[in-house]
Amino acid sequence: MWYRSASFILDKQEQQRKDAAESRPLSPVSTAMTENPIANVSMYYQTRAAHHGVVTSDWLAQAQAAVAGNADDAAVEKNTSGGEGKGNKFSVVDEFNNWRKQPELAEAVAAIRALASVIRSSQAKTMMELEIELKKASDSLKSWDTTSISLTAGCDIFMRYVTRTSALDREDFGSAKSRLLERAEKFEEISYKARRIIAMLSQDFIFDGCTILVHGFSRVVLEALRTAAENKKLFRVLCTEGRPDRSGLRVSNELAKLDVPVKLLIDSAVAYSMDEVDMVLVGADGVVESGGIINMMGTYQIALVAKAMNKPMYVAAESYKFARLYPLDQKDMAPALRPIDFGVPIPSKVEVERSARDYTPPQYLTLLFTDLGVLTPSVVSDELIQLYL
Amino acid sequence: MESRRVPRTVSDPKVRQVGFFAPPDRSLSGPPDPTSSSPPLSNISPSGNSLSPVMIPPPRHLSTDLPRHLPHPQPPLSPLRAPRANDTSIPVGSYNPSEFSTPSGIADFSEDQLSPRWGRKSSSGKFATSLPSGGFGMAAAKKISDANSKPGVADGGADTEVQKEKATAAGKPLKEKTTKAERRAMQEAQRAAKAATKGEGNKTALVNSANAVKSVKPAPQKKDNSSVAASERKSGDRQTDKDRKKDVPHPRMQFDDENRVEKAKKRSVVKQAEARNRVELFRHLPQYEHGARLTDLESKFFQLGPVHPAVYKVGFRYLTGDISGGNARCIAMLQAFQESIKDYSTPPEKTLIRDLTSKINCYVSFLIECRPLSISMGNAIRFLKRRITSLPLNLSESEAITSLVSDIDRFINEKIILADNVIVKHAVTKIRDGDVLLTYASSSAVEMLLLHAHELGKRFRVVIVDSRPKLEGKMLLRRLVGKGISCTYTHINAVSYVMHEVTRVFLGASSVLANGTVYSRVGTACVAMVAHQFRVPVLICCEAYKFHERVQLDSICCNELGDAEMVSRVTGREDINSLDGWTSSENLQPLNLLYDATPSDYVSMIITDYGMIPPTSVPVIVREYGREYLLI
Repeated sequence: MWYRSASFILDKQEQQRKDAAESRPLSPVSTAMTENPIANVSMYYQTRAAHHGVVTSDWLAQAQAAVAGNADDAAVEKNTSGGEGKGNKFSVVDEFNNWRKQPELAEAVAAIRALASVIRSSQAKTMMELEIELKKASDSLKSWDTTSISLTAGCDIFMRYVTRTSALDREDFGSAKSRLLERAEKFEEISYKARRIIAMLSQDFIFDGCTILVHGFSRVVLEALRTAAENKKLFRVLCTEGRPDRSGLRVSNELAKLDVPVKLLIDSAVAYSMDEVDMVLVGADGVVESGGIINMMGTYQIALVAKAMNKPMYVAAESYKFARLYPLDQKDMAPALRPIDFGVPIPSKVEVERSARDYTPPQYLTLLFTDLGVLTPSVVSDELIQLYL
Repeated sequence: MESRRVPRTVSDPKVRQVGFFAPPDRSLSGPPDPTSSSPPLSNISPSGNSLSPVMIPPPRHLSTDLPRHLPHPQPPLSPLRAPRANDTSIPVGSYNPSEFSTPSGIADFSEDQLSPRWGRKSSSGKFATSLPSGGFGMAAAKKISDANSKPGVADGGADTEVQKEKATAAGKPLKEKTTKAERRAMQEAQRAAKAATKGEGNKTALVNSANAVKSVKPAPQKKDNSSVAASERKSGDRQTDKDRKKDVPHPRMQFDDENRVEKAKKRSVVKQAEARNRVELFRHLPQYEHGARLTDLESKFFQLGPVHPAVYKVGFRYLTGDISGGNARCIAMLQAFQESIKDYSTPPEKTLIRDLTSKINCYVSFLIECRPLSISMGNAIRFLKRRITSLPLNLSESEAITSLVSDIDRFINEKIILADNVIVKHAVTKIRDGDVLLTYASSSAVEMLLLHAHELGKRFRVVIVDSRPKLEGKMLLRRLVGKGISCTYTHINAVSYVMHEVTRVFLGASSVLANGTVYSRVGTACVAMVAHQFRVPVLICCEAYKFHERVQLDSICCNELGDAEMVSRVTGREDINSLDGWTSSENLQPLNLLYDATPSDYVSMIITDYGMIPPTSVPVIVREYGREYLLI
């Protein structure tokens, strides 16, 4: 309710004045390494858009403009990171980009793989050097897209997991390094397999004849549903359209291939259909310390309706998505914007809410399916404390 | 003493009667004790007499007497718990000591046979607190009679039931321990005799503390909260130290037991006159008339042999209300202890560890008499005692002293000062430009946070909510306005009126309990509840050393009573005098509570030096870092 107060109105006006005065977003190549080619659109959503093949007109225009800059960027990146690597031409971001291009691979897993390969190919002679190298690589990866929570969380957790070993106390650098590598590979494997584990854990919750509401295109959720279909369970799925990504269309395509009865809803029809739903299943971009999740815009709405109608809400999220964030309300997060195409031109005076994600507080979530097991939201903080402190 | 052990039998459900009533006669099955004897048993049902209907279980230390008074004191654990799902009589501390892991070794106490038993006891129920008073300095026989006549005025019939059940329960198990009890009884008698010859309350207390410790041991952890739980024992508290040693909560004296109160008074250093017109529901908490204590204490200055002048000064300042606030009190107390340790020299034929521990116990009892301990102080004392007992034996006296002094310095530095810095660093990220922040009364952590955010250049304004009778918010207001922060000041009656324009609420805490309940200045729960209703996030800033593994469900069982006079008078407004002469009116009972408990549902986040955690993670911190900080 604070936005009704006088101070807020004044602030808003000031902000508008400031925006008008500001120059347009920087050209793609203005800053050095690892700069997002499209400055005002979250890279994360660009990636997903690329994977999904969903192209909006605005995006297309910007992408074309950026293509020219991209080549320069890559060159710049290579040189800079090459410089870091003490002479070796290994660029963690390049490696990351290679991995990332595979649509089946989660971004965070790609980052983890890239970091693991940093350790593998590192030429550091002491533990300190290696750690510094790792830290630099991790930072460069994180800055590649500052809005992606899972990327940041994945990198952070990887660093903690890998360096949290008594092997570092051993004098022999070689053995310490190999131990680090072991842990890195183990973590890589866990992360890669996380989806399978979650899919298997969620089988208990999908019973014959149930109706599942799905929101957003989450590969984890798809994996779970795919496994259920393979196990010959009879269920049907209601999936929301997911504007403006139209991720719902993609989900329905995938499910139709599996012969699962799918029904598409427009986003506004969620409350209307909630009666016939048995459970809500969503993925997460990130799981925050309070136990809440950050996911595609619309998840909070669905959670509220589900809670009001007493339907359980399950979240399928890998454990590397646990982030040390603690948003108090919707605006307390770093904004991730994405372009929204309404199909018709909108006058410039009209503001558009372009945020791509929202925060769902833990009291609306029933359970989290993670590769650590089926958890309640309050366990997230427990895990984070054990890992970080 | 098995007497404390709760038998698994379920007693028939008792009708709970509130108010005074005579407990039905119960014949105790147990053999209470060959040595002492029976009188206690028969006395159990003495009741009926003018004194309280409810018998308060004898203090732990009365363990030796236990067999004697067996039956009534102990509340049987299981039987109590089973039938009493809704029983609020599991009173004050219904914490189950066995459920809480006591970090310290209860075991190391030499006379410890009791400890395992105590440990198992749950629901402290009414351990009579007056352990100290009761047990100390009394010959075994006296104890028996005391126990018998224990009339504690209970806060409700429940106590009686508890006791009765305890009594029955206690019967059987007692048998085995009798011999030990006998021995102990003899020891006690000897000590009592010795103490009597000394004739000085303090000394007696010291001796008693030895005894007391035993009895205290069983006291559930909760009791311990050296906290705010006002009901502190009086001089008998000296024994607390030993208890503390076991990290067991002190048995709190139940102030409704007049007999014990009498005895405690005789021993106390600070003469206190009990207040009149006390609220029935809070009779288990101590309340005194505030005026007389100061002059009395002053005059005793040169007689307080065992109490170091630095500790005396600090106690005095507590009494006058000069130092208030969890952190300030804790730091002042630790520094006073530092001084006293620096001046310490081991008397001949005594070991440093034991003697120093008993000295600390003595100081702590004195401080408790001045003002009941806060939870933060209790945790600090536990830490100090741990450090003392873990001193390697081969250390020379000067080395030990320097090591302790530096440990205290490190504790203050790391756990309080640096912790505050970390808290401010985290919390400042939650303040955005244009925010309207609300705070209640005066918390040192919140004040530092606001000043720091202002220094960083964030633009925000502050609403300070204050309440009578302490009006602590005024000082905060002065300091903030002095630094140029725009503030609004209002009384707690208006909190729902201003809440609509508030964006964040920052509150301090005296302690955060294991279930996420925030124990803080009275009025905090109101503010948090209104904020929750308006969907304004509530952030609690609390250092991790204030966390406690206790659980408290309401604000009644553990609290502190302030000066009732302050309720009737308004400073500066002599014309408001409608409550004058309240002492003469029998129907008027002013109540001045100092603390209250805020449920965890109203709290959005707790900011500690370990980061920002949800209220559900407090037991995780206590579990993971409790051991670490105690062992430092």
